[in-house]
Parts: sequence; structure tokens; C-alpha cells
Amino acid sequence: MHDTSAPAAAHHGPPTTFIRKHVFSLDHKVIGKQYYDLGLAAVLIGMVLSWLMRIHLGWTNFAIPGLHLLSKTGAPGDVMTPELYLQLMTMHATFMVFFVLTVAPFAAFGNFFIPIHTGAEDMPFPHFNMMSFWTTFVAFCVMLLSFFVGDGPTLGGWTQYAPLSAVGSVAGPGQGAGVVIWATSIAIFCVGQLFGSLNFIPNILDLRCKGLSMWRLPLPTWAWFITSCMGLTSFSVLMPACVLLILDHVAGTSFFVASNLVINDQLQPHSGGSTLLWQHLFWFFGHPEVYIAIVPGMGIVSHVLITNMRKPMLSHRVLVYSFGALAVLSYMVYGHHMFVSGMNPVSSIVFSFPTLLITIPSTIIVLIWIGSLYGAKLRINSASLFALAFISLFITGGVSGFFLAQPSIQILLHATYFVVAHFHFTMAIASVFGIFSGTYFWFPKMWGRMMNETLGRVHFWCSFVGVYCIFMPMHYLGLAGNVRRYSSFPADYMSPLVGVHQFITIAALFTGAAQLIFLYNFIHSRFWGPPAPDNPWQGTSLEWSTTSPPPWDNFGGRHMVVYHDPYQYGVQSSKGDYVMQDSPEQVKTENEEP
Amino acid sequence: MAKFFAITILVIAILSAIPIVRNTWHPMEDISTHGQAIDKQLDDTMWEAGLSFLASQTILAWFIWRFSGSRPGEKSKSFPGGATGLVAGAIILVGVEIFALGIFGVKAWGNIYFTQPGADALPVQVQAGQFAFYFRYPGPDGKFGPLHADKISEANQNFFGLDPVADPDSKDDIVTAEMAIPVNKEIRLLMHAKDVSHSFYVPALRIHQDFVPGLDLQLHFTATKIGRYEIVCSQLCGLGHYNMKAYLDVFSQQDYDDWLKKQAAMQ
Repeated sequence: MHDTSAPAAAHHGPPTTFIRKHVFSLDHKVIGKQYYDLGLAAVLIGMVLSWLMRIHLGWTNFAIPGLHLLSKTGAPGDVMTPELYLQLMTMHATFMVFFVLTVAPFAAFGNFFIPIHTGAEDMPFPHFNMMSFWTTFVAFCVMLLSFFVGDGPTLGGWTQYAPLSAVGSVAGPGQGAGVVIWATSIAIFCVGQLFGSLNFIPNILDLRCKGLSMWRLPLPTWAWFITSCMGLTSFSVLMPACVLLILDHVAGTSFFVASNLVINDQLQPHSGGSTLLWQHLFWFFGHPEVYIAIVPGMGIVSHVLITNMRKPMLSHRVLVYSFGALAVLSYMVYGHHMFVSGMNPVSSIVFSFPTLLITIPSTIIVLIWIGSLYGAKLRINSASLFALAFISLFITGGVSGFFLAQPSIQILLHATYFVVAHFHFTMAIASVFGIFSGTYFWFPKMWGRMMNETLGRVHFWCSFVGVYCIFMPMHYLGLAGNVRRYSSFPADYMSPLVGVHQFITIAALFTGAAQLIFLYNFIHSRFWGPPAPDNPWQGTSLEWSTTSPPPWDNFGGRHMVVYHDPYQYGVQSSKGDYVMQDSPEQVKTENEEP
Repeated sequence: MAKFFAITILVIAILSAIPIVRNTWHPMEDISTHGQAIDKQLDDTMWEAGLSFLASQTILAWFIWRFSGSRPGEKSKSFPGGATGLVAGAIILVGVEIFALGIFGVKAWGNIYFTQPGADALPVQVQAGQFAFYFRYPGPDGKFGPLHADKISEANQNFFGLDPVADPDSKDDIVTAEMAIPVNKEIRLLMHAKDVSHSFYVPALRIHQDFVPGLDLQLHFTATKIGRYEIVCSQLCGLGHYNMKAYLDVFSQQDYDDWLKKQAAMQ
């Protein structure tokens, strides 16, 4: 049990060398920023890949200057081949899901702020924490390597369905070395995330400062705690699955390959494996992964909104319970990815009900957000705009979940662009908006400088309108039966839909270009932005009780003591309408929940 | 800025709904006996999800419009009823909604998967392989000959791996690259994959089922309208996935019989 009578901290001395300070740092804040930079590099790669894909989908024979540099055989005359399209699609999804949506909202912000939110000096196991980042970095480099080895990266999609992924290069370009590299990278990535979770959980449970009960933790820290628990159980399933996949390639095993398969007139030397085993293992990870991507974003936007509404959420606890409900249910719903996969049709019904049920905690979260806006004194800035837009995007993505939760409707919509729209709105774009909101909000604390607010707003408007132009029409494509993962649309009934794809491509290029505004603002402000005050937004949680950026031990040797819930806004105090969490000032605790 | 943002949310919500209301893009006309229940389920869900979408976005926009800015002298207020009312409302409203959708959805799903084909259903076998579908009809003896994976040869056009010399049942089997069926006749579809996972997606028939290497799967359906439709693969199967398709011809019984005779003559 946590001892609230003694200050808690993991001790290590200040860094003394360049290497220890900036490269192999033990400081959770440096590690958090390293994760952020890694996520930024990955999102740039993923975005450029999506541009290339979208150009090809809009204008199939368009020659993209320099495309041949990406692939020796995949771009004759700089025109993309179908196999290169699939390879780029696979890498786009892989970089985005693993190295952006998992890394940035969870590992980057979580690393930086969990010890600060808990009043600790550092993570409980700083060496493990350092290894977590560098393991993830190795995984990133290994994944990049696949562009340069053999016939390029795998084309099997981020889901890597067997047996396409398990039979080797006979199944197509990238299906030999490309798959082995992919599975190796992901297995390494899983190890890195396990190291991370093994720091986050004990930090939150055991390194909380005096007076900081679990219910006094800010919402993002609750979100990171719940996400860490999900990460422990889901990455620990994906990692062995990847090892089994590698063994099917290099050791002659047949975990995922059935008997008597014939490819290119060759009888495959495998027998006895199960095609559906991979899908079960993958989606047991894959659906919790959706929430690993989105729950930290929910915590972040809640935090940002509360600070900018100048009032707490209607119920801190209901939000935490709802985050927890999403996590628990996420393990029970994974079968909705497999409604038409050939598993027992009764299983589809069994998986359908928890999938529909998960809309209840999701709805509660949205209603708490919207209900909390009632009577607020909302400040509009880049951070709050992205947070409010997160709600709009999550609603849009959420309602399309009603359709995909039902096996009978998936007969029409499975594997169509409706699914692409759904998961982009929820786990991808909403999550990215959560990252942007967190970045504009916490940038002063993380880098000690202010971002340019005007550029932030321009970035917001282009992004908000842009993502709706990209992803809303995909619902219509899905309703019309437009199958995803096609490099072009030769089917008679799909070819009239190409005009919609061209519209989406133009929107994607515009929206992508707008991200360069963010990139400029981020880099320029990081080095040349005006110095940030310690508490620029008049926040109450512990990150605002230290300098911007915080010193190496977070609080300059102070042993933090917490006296209040994290969100004491709308009160009368000596500072104004808020009371810092570590302020002993007594105020009327109208915001304390019973 | 807040008011402009609120208007933007509202405009996006309305513009998004217009193509749905005008039915600009929609599932193609249903030609199956079981599809009506699926379409009704889709329509019901569209109403419920659409109204939830418009209501939520409108209230979000309204609150952003109404409650932004500092408004000096005015105290922050709490939502009437607090969190309890919202939680209870969410559980009751969404609970009823999903219960209803779930129950009716089971019926629509069960029409396909929880019923058995009639004894006189016409058997058609479909094999999926990179990147084509092939179909087999049992011929006059009504029996399919056994398959031999080691005899499969694209080069020799022995797509199914038949051995008509050793297996008498295979001698009259008819193998085609397109599927034809008689209208208003129940079909028993026997599905298997030759190499990797594929899918049998016929939007007009409201049929969508993956091929699972190593598993033989069955579906049954009845087409109700004569015409030419498309079968496409929706499960990523390799570089030619985008182009893996076949035509489904729904004929009158007489035209179907003529087609089958012609195909038999070409074997």
C-alpha cells in the first residue's frame, strides 16, 4: 500500500555528460521528448506515404517524380505498381499505428508527465525506461530497413493476415524478408512498450507524493495508467504471435499455414496450421490497441478542456470508470473484426453484443465532455480548439461504430472504405488531434518556450476542415461497396467512384501540406520561441508547480505535498479562479466529489 | 472564433448528412431473398446513428457558441441534473438502442447463417486463388469429383486439381471462370481457398464471406432478379487483389440450362 507519510521518489544523480543528458538519458522528460521526436519522424514518413497512395488512387497512371527511388521494381517510369501501392499502404499503417498513435500520446506524453503528475523525481526504473525508448528506436530502424532489403517491405497490410504473411516470397513481393523484418520490428516494439508499461504502472501506484490519492490523479495520468495495463496484456500476446510468424518463415513450422495450399502451382511444404489462429492472436492485441491509441487522447483533451473551461468535468470519477470500462470491454469485442472471417457464425453474435455495449461508456464520456461545457467560461486557443474538435471527430467515428458492431450490416460494409473512415475518425484522427491538443498545451512545459498561437490556429482550421473532407466521403464510398486495399478500381461498379477518390486526394494533399505549418511552428518555437512562464494557462496540476522546463529532478529538490483534487477551478483564491494542487490554501471545496 | 467554430461544426454536420438524405451513394439494389432484412437493419441504424450524430454535433456547437468567453461577473454553472442524469440517460437511451439493433440484427444474420439450404438447392463450388475465382458444377451425375492439391496446375488449366481418369465423378464436372445461376433457385455455395485468404463479396446479393485456407465453408442464397453482377475479393490476397473479380450471371432457368450445356461442351 502507498505510504502517504513519506515523500516518494526514484533517485538518480543529475546527468553529467552529453551522452547521458541527451542520448542515453535516464531522465523521463528527455525520454518523453525522444519518444515525441520519434513519433514526429514516423508521422512524417506515414504522411508522405499516404500522399503517394492517395495520388495513385486518384490518378492511377500519374508519374510521381522520384518514386523509383523508393523501389527498384515497384515504380517503372515513376508510376506506382499495385504491389508498391500495397507495400506503401502497409508501411503507412504500421508506422502510424505503432510508431505514432502508440508512441506519441502514450509513451511520449506519459513519460514526460506521469512522474511530474505524481510528484516523483523520476520513473521507478530509469534504466528500464531508457531501454524502453532505445528498444522502440531499434524497432523503428528495423522497420525502415525493410525498404532497402530484398524486394521491399511486406505488402500484407498492418494486420498481416496469414497465410499470405506466412508462406514466404512465393506469395508476392515483400512476403519473404519483408514479413520477417516486419514481425521482428513489431516484436522488438512490443518489448519496448512492455518496458514502458512496467515503469508507468509502479510509478502511479507507488511513487505518488504525500497527499496524492489515486482519485487526486489528473485525468491523463489515469488514462496512461489504464493504457499501461492494456499494453501489458495486449503487447504480450502480439509479441509471441510475431515470433511464431517468424518461425513459420525461418524454421519450417506451420503455425498459421494449413495443409495442401498451392501457390504458383507449387504445393506448399506446410501442414496442420490454422489460418484463423493468427487473426485471433492479432485482434486480441489489435482491438485493445485501438484504445491504447485513443484513451490517452481522451485523458489529454479532458485535461486541456478543464483548464480552458475554468471548471472541472461534471464527474472525474465517471470519466475514469468509463476509461476503465472501455479497456475491459476492448478485450471482449475483438471478434467484430472477424464477423465474416469464417469463424463460427454464433461467435459473431457473441462478439456483437459487447461491441454494441462499448458504445455506452463511449457515449457517457462524450456526454460528460459536452455536459461539462455547459456553463463554462471557455477559452479558445489552439489547444482547446483541437480538444473540442477531438469531441466532434470522436462522435463522428463513434456513430459509424453502430454499423460495424452488427454482423448483418458488416455483410455490406466489411472491408470497405466505411471501415477506413470509421477507424481513421476514431483511433487515428481523433487521436492525432489529442496529440496536437497536448502539444499546444504542454509545449511551454516540455520545451520551456511558447508556440506561435496564430500559426496554431491556422494549422487547426486547415486540419479540422481537411480531415472531414478526407474521411467523411469514405463513408459514402463504403456504402456503395467500394472495397479497401485496392490500388485501383477496375470493377465496373467501383469505377464511377473514382471522382470521389480524386476529391479525397486533393483534400489529403491540402491537409498534409497544412501539417508543415505545425512542423515549422514546432521547430521554430522549440529553439526561438519566447520563453514560457511556469504556468501560462493558470493550470492546477503539479506540472504547473515547477519551472518551464522542469529541472532534472522535476521540483528542484522539493518534496511535493498535494492538498487538493487536481482540478480546483471556479473557486475564489489568492491567485484568482483556481487553486494549485500543491497549495495549502484552504478554499471552499465546491468541486470535491463526495 | 468560438462562434465561427460552432458554425463550422454545424455546417460540416449538415453537409455530411446531405448525401445520406439524398441517397447519393447507396448500396446497390438487393437481388436476394435474405437481403431485405439486412437493408432494413442498415436503414434503422442509419436513422439512429444519423440522429445521434446530428444531435450531438448540434449540442456541441451550441455549447461552444453559448459558453465561450470570460463573461465577467457570471459564475460557472453546472449542467442541470449533473453527471447522474447524463449517465442514466446514456445507459437507458443507448442501451435500448443497441438492444433493439442487436436483437433485429441477429434475425438478419440468422437468415443466412442459422438456416439450412433446402435438399434441392443447386450446389456450386467456388475456389479462390491468386487472383481469380473458379467455379465448378457437378454435371449430370450430380456429384463433385474429389480434389487433389498436387494436381492443381494453372499451366494445364486444371484449376481444381481434378483427376477424371481415376475419379469417375470428376468426368462430367464443369469448371468455369464465371458464375451463372438460375433465377429464384436456391444455391448451395461450397467455398474453399487454394492458396491464401480471399473473400466472396457480392454486394447485390448481400453475400460477404471470407475463404479460409484449410476450411471448407458453405453459404446458401437465392437470387431474385435476372442480370449480370460482380463478385469481388475483399480480403487482401496479394499484388493482384484489386483485380480479383468475376461475373455472376443470373439467368432464367432456360438460359441457365443452355449456358451449362455450352460450358459442358467446352470442357
